Amino acid sequence: MIATESLSKRYPRVTALDRLTVDITPGVTGLVGANGAGKSTLIKILLGLSPASEGRATVLGRDVATDGAEIRALVGYMPEHDCLPPDVSATEFVVHMARMSGLPPTAARERTADTLRHVGLYEERYRPMGGYSTGMKQRVKLAQALVHDPELVLLDEPTNGLDPVGRDDMLGLIRRVHTDFGISVLVTSHLLGELERTSDHIVVIDGGRLLRASSTSDFTQATASLAVEVTDREEELRKALTAAGLTARPSGHLLLVDIAGEETYDTVRDAVAGLGVGLVRMEQRRHRIAELFIDDTQDGEGAAEDGGRSTGPEPQLAEALAAGAKEGEGSDAA
Amino acid sequence: MTQPDPIPTAATAATAAARPGVAAGPADVIHNIGYRAYDGPRLGRGYARMSLYSQSLRGAYGLGRSAKSKVLPMILLAAMCVPALIIVAVTIFTDRTSLPLQYTRYAVVTQAVITLFLASQAPQSVSRDLRFKTTPLYFSRPIEVVDYVAAKFAALASALFLLTVLPLLILYVGALLGKLDFTDQTAGFAKALVSVILLSLLFAGIGLVIAAVTPRRGFGVAAIITLFVITYGAVSALQGVASTQEKWDVIGWVGLFSPITLIDGLQTWFLGATSAFPHAAGPPDVAAGCAYLLVVAGIIAGSFSLLVRRYRKAGLS
Repeated sequence: MIATESLSKRYPRVTALDRLTVDITPGVTGLVGANGAGKSTLIKILLGLSPASEGRATVLGRDVATDGAEIRALVGYMPEHDCLPPDVSATEFVVHMARMSGLPPTAARERTADTLRHVGLYEERYRPMGGYSTGMKQRVKLAQALVHDPELVLLDEPTNGLDPVGRDDMLGLIRRVHTDFGISVLVTSHLLGELERTSDHIVVIDGGRLLRASSTSDFTQATASLAVEVTDREEELRKALTAAGLTARPSGHLLLVDIAGEETYDTVRDAVAGLGVGLVRMEQRRHRIAELFIDDTQDGEGAAEDGGRSTGPEPQLAEALAAGAKEGEGSDAA
Repeated sequence: MTQPDPIPTAATAATAAARPGVAAGPADVIHNIGYRAYDGPRLGRGYARMSLYSQSLRGAYGLGRSAKSKVLPMILLAAMCVPALIIVAVTIFTDRTSLPLQYTRYAVVTQAVITLFLASQAPQSVSRDLRFKTTPLYFSRPIEVVDYVAAKFAALASALFLLTVLPLLILYVGALLGKLDFTDQTAGFAKALVSVILLSLLFAGIGLVIAAVTPRRGFGVAAIITLFVITYGAVSALQGVASTQEKWDVIGWVGLFSPITLIDGLQTWFLGATSAFPHAAGPPDVAAGCAYLLVVAGIIAGSFSLLVRRYRKAGLS
């Protein structure tokens, strides 16, 4: 789908992309990085709107430096910021955008009706967009990126500004864009947790450099863990668990236990019962990816306990990961 | 939203009714037809440019926009046409052998209306896209910056042309109905046609360059009106002074410094129109005549390339 080869972008003062080499396959790919990590710069280059300082990139087998217009005809783009004029209706706006993508008038109308329905806009699509909620606006923005049935959509921070429910809806919709519509997706976010749920692959960039690229299952497998909180005697519990062959680390008043399999839950339960202390909570942590990165760069040392203590190697990244951690805390309380 | 929304239909309702006692469960719905891929034609840049042109042209008269935004352009259009109707009526009822106002003079006389139209619609055309950040959506599609600028420029120029040519048509048709001399009228009309085409391009260029600088519509409107009023005021004042000192050459040269007097001087020299300058003193010599043509052409071309540069910079942000 997308391949870059030591792609660099240098502005007079900053280097936005630094020899980025990455290969993105069909499916849903999450592009993670803090603000300023180079995500938007990469999208601009991929759309052929900004020349790279160095290196090359291809999108759908076409060179971004020479075939920009051809790429833009086959790719949809949803910007991060607001981009909707408030005084026109969603239907009129998306029809216009469909025509700007080259769809003949009748096809533009039909595709607009279809696409708006698919993103979940019904009667309200005839009303001026000024009165829409953030969630509805995000859907219109997604619809205009999908209306010409692209082969690939680039979604820049599509969950920005949404409440948790809207966020889940949007992530589900993004998943469907690939599974039901057969359109590949490159979605950016500074929150790891949410991309973990949506993406097949995850690419992490920081300071314009590639930090890691691999499939989501690779990320999560190694990293499932259980947060255990007990009323007392945490240290003894940790020893008991270690003795039972589990890896447990203290994290404030919590114990983080690596999940080795289903039986881990039983081991923890029995150990707690054996000590005769109260079990306050036991929950699966879903922000494991975040810790993995810090582990990678910091050699384990439990630096990730609360995601982003300033001990992180890159303050910016640490911040992003902290956000990801908070975001991803799925509360599967036992 | 993760699933296609079920839509109960009359048919399924009937099925449910036909089976009394069976609760209408999730089975009794018809699911949305799934996603359909588009394999029809994808027309290229030319088509997209035309679509943007027609959308912007319609937008200049408030078509396809809210009812409120139709009010001002329609009032201005009426304000352009009513005097022409009155002139025609007067000509016919008083059995005159010529129109009391030359065709080429009409736009000069009604310049306030044209300026108002430009000031209200140029920002509408470009500031909105900047203000609501819609431009990135255009540039993420096959069209290039040049296409966007060309479409917007052509649309506003066409809107101005419609505004200025409609009263001329009324005059022309009225004159022919009043059995005025056909050759005279056609020649006059043709000259005025050339002049309003140039006027439309010139005004559109100036208006768009100013409007594209600011995403704030109000600033755009104020800046355009200010520019036109101040330059015209200054030129008229200077010409007045020159006229009292009987320096006819100066009058002709000074006209280069305001948009409407540029058109006036140009049509006086090249189209044989009677100038609206004091003493009807148009460009004094060939050099001055050519200067008028060069300045008009330069402003039109210059504003186009300024706009292209402006949007190159804007890019996706």
